[in-house]
Amino acid sequence: MDNDHFEPTIIGFTCNWCSYRASDLAGTARMKYAPNVRLIRLMCSGRLDPTFVLRALSAGADGVMITGCHPGECHYIEQNFKALRRYLLLKRVLSGLGIEPERVKLVWASAAEGARFASETTLFVEEVRKLGPLNWGKPAAGLENLQEEISKLEEVPA
Amino acid sequence: MTERIGVYVCHCGTNIAGTVDVVDVANWAAEKLKHQGVVIAREYKFMCSSLGQELIEKDIKELGLTRVVVAACSPHLHEKTFRTAAKNAGLNPYLVELASIREQVSWVHSDKTIGTAKSKAVVSGAVSRVIENAALEEIKVPINPNTLVVGGGIAGIQSALEIANAGFHVYLVEREPSIGGHMSQFDKTFPTLDCSACILTPRMVEVGTHPNITLLTWSEVTNVAGYVGNFHVTINKKARFVNEELCTGCGICQEKCPKKVIDDVYEAGLGYRKAVYTPFAQAVPNFPVMDKENCTYFIKGTCKACEKFCPTNAIDFTQQDQLINIDVGNIILATGYDLFDARRVSSYGYGRLPNVFTSIEFERLSNAAGPTSGNIVLRDGKTTPKSVGIIHCVGSRDKNFNNYCSVICCMQGLKFAHLVHERTGATVYNFYIDMRTAYKAYDEFYQRVLEEGTLFVRGKVAEVTNAARKESEKGKLIIQVEDTLAGKQRRIPVDMVILSSGLQPRADSKEVGKMFGISCSMDGWFTERHPKLDPVATMTEGIFIVGCAQGPKDIPSSVAQGAAAAARVLDKILQKEVMLEPIKASINKETCSGCRICNGLCPFNAIAYIEDDKISDINPALCQGCGTCVAACPAGAISGTGFSDAQIMAQIDGLLLRNLITA
Repeated sequence: MDNDHFEPTIIGFTCNWCSYRASDLAGTARMKYAPNVRLIRLMCSGRLDPTFVLRALSAGADGVMITGCHPGECHYIEQNFKALRRYLLLKRVLSGLGIEPERVKLVWASAAEGARFASETTLFVEEVRKLGPLNWGKPAAGLENLQEEISKLEEVPA
Repeated sequence: MTERIGVYVCHCGTNIAGTVDVVDVANWAAEKLKHQGVVIAREYKFMCSSLGQELIEKDIKELGLTRVVVAACSPHLHEKTFRTAAKNAGLNPYLVELASIREQVSWVHSDKTIGTAKSKAVVSGAVSRVIENAALEEIKVPINPNTLVVGGGIAGIQSALEIANAGFHVYLVEREPSIGGHMSQFDKTFPTLDCSACILTPRMVEVGTHPNITLLTWSEVTNVAGYVGNFHVTINKKARFVNEELCTGCGICQEKCPKKVIDDVYEAGLGYRKAVYTPFAQAVPNFPVMDKENCTYFIKGTCKACEKFCPTNAIDFTQQDQLINIDVGNIILATGYDLFDARRVSSYGYGRLPNVFTSIEFERLSNAAGPTSGNIVLRDGKTTPKSVGIIHCVGSRDKNFNNYCSVICCMQGLKFAHLVHERTGATVYNFYIDMRTAYKAYDEFYQRVLEEGTLFVRGKVAEVTNAARKESEKGKLIIQVEDTLAGKQRRIPVDMVILSSGLQPRADSKEVGKMFGISCSMDGWFTERHPKLDPVATMTEGIFIVGCAQGPKDIPSSVAQGAAAAARVLDKILQKEVMLEPIKASINKETCSGCRICNGLCPFNAIAYIEDDKISDINPALCQGCGTCVAACPAGAISGTGFSDAQIMAQIDGLLLRNLITA
């Protein structure tokens, strides 16, 4: 596929108190940004289980954007630092799995930063576009029933 | 059980329908998401209207819907509306999910094909998620009717009086020996030039004598635990070394104390106080405090002059700090501001050039009860200035210091100009960047000062120096400024310079914010729940912010906020109980291995390790629902209501249209 015409699909995780409100503000102010990101609202970036990111990538997303309150501004005092720790570890895990760690990005955006949310989103879409499609989780020829096979394996006999 | 889901797509007039083919989205959901349980998908012009809500209610009753997805605006706007509609029709409100296709789609994208496609994905995500939603009940918590107000400036005083007058008990905690705050230091208040003390002291007295107010001065909050309705607060009441039961406030101890100390706080370093002192004559309470660092007895072990002369034996050198525990339902923070330290703008020479004064120093100079009895004189204490330069925006609107406008400095500068002009007849120059005199009767005051003959120079002052270039500048302070209206550089010699310093968050605002569980903005001011619609509440239920703690503001605005927060607190007290969102984490006892990874992650101390059972447990009353522990548990033993793993995983699949694949 020609990367210039590749439209990445991205899952964005937002914090209920800051970045989700920033996205609301971007909307209210009619700021235009790339349409490739689909958002999920969490109560806090600290809620982000790294498996959510892996699930998104395996289910067809080409990139994942994680957003939270600026350091020191967390609604839950300091949980965004925990998100930061997990993010840094997750990037190493992704490298180990052979996935470009740049497909996952952490962005801080306060409730007042609608413009930042919009510009960071557009920027990340372009970054992922350059990386090309991930095609992870899309079964290769002859492996269409892989998921089913794996499920069978996971069933532990009593 | 198979769910019966209803999908409702809102046009929002043309707000959504202009960029999203809503009919297509509804038809698509009815067809493609049928296997997920969608039994009906409708579109309507305004879902939030009463007719739109009735449509949903009717379907819930007639079609037996078990889940509802409304594709409309942000949940922060209408989630409550549709949850209430569901409740009215007998469906648990938490089985309703909002898909934001306005803020996240139609308003931020322009292409209708793209907008429609993205809306389908967002709706699909919401449908997959709502299947995993659980029926939840709001949590009811009783409210303790007592209130804590932290900070006894004018904002805190207003809050305390409003609540106390309504018949409820208030604890007012003040760090300094007396309440009154910055306002008690001022001479006049703009724009009416009321005497500050004349309007403030009656309020202070009312606080001091109010039967519903427990006044704790020379005290600081040291710990806050609990949550809305049930806060447990620890206050350190510092030793005054004066027995409040016995002291009559006669002032003999202050008279007899031989130790003079420069008063850096109340007199801004211009005047003196004794080692045992009340900061000013009208202090409330009027019991003095002993300054241990400067008291001769504490330093050398002898003196005790105060004790000897006290007619009621109220001096008590053995007094200790005392920890007081109180329970309150709501907390109002009125912790005020610090003045910008003008020394930081080294080019203005404050601290180096004696006749450069800060705004608070000038307030004390012009105050009849101040160190010069209201005579505006130079640092030598006797010379009346013949020319005075007032520099605006010192430390404010300056990328080197604070970006924000400190709001009060323009009016403060104008007030100073008027007072100097009135009392000394000196020539007064105001150096401003922009003149900001919004609000009632403020601009009229500006006009008045203009008419009085004060000179205004538009330009940011580059430097204040005493290096004279010509004879006429000798012995003067020279203000170097670019006059941007005249388009030329000027050097203006004056006798006195007043720096209209800006306001800053309290130096300890971050720690205080952390203690009360609220956040600060990048600048350090406490963050309000909503900048426009909820300026006194915070993201933490039961904690309110008023006055300059929230951001720079003048006296009328501080008083208005003080009263507003009091109304919010009274509203909560009168409801007797508060409803909390049931978003909480809980631990499955069967699967918890007792590894204690989660224990250290909770900033609210909601997770405790139960030694006997060898597992951890979450106190739902303390849990704020952030979900950090849910994400961390290696055994998957912690689940979070409202944002469960199953819900989020399902939403991911739905957003990526993985749910379209039928089994």
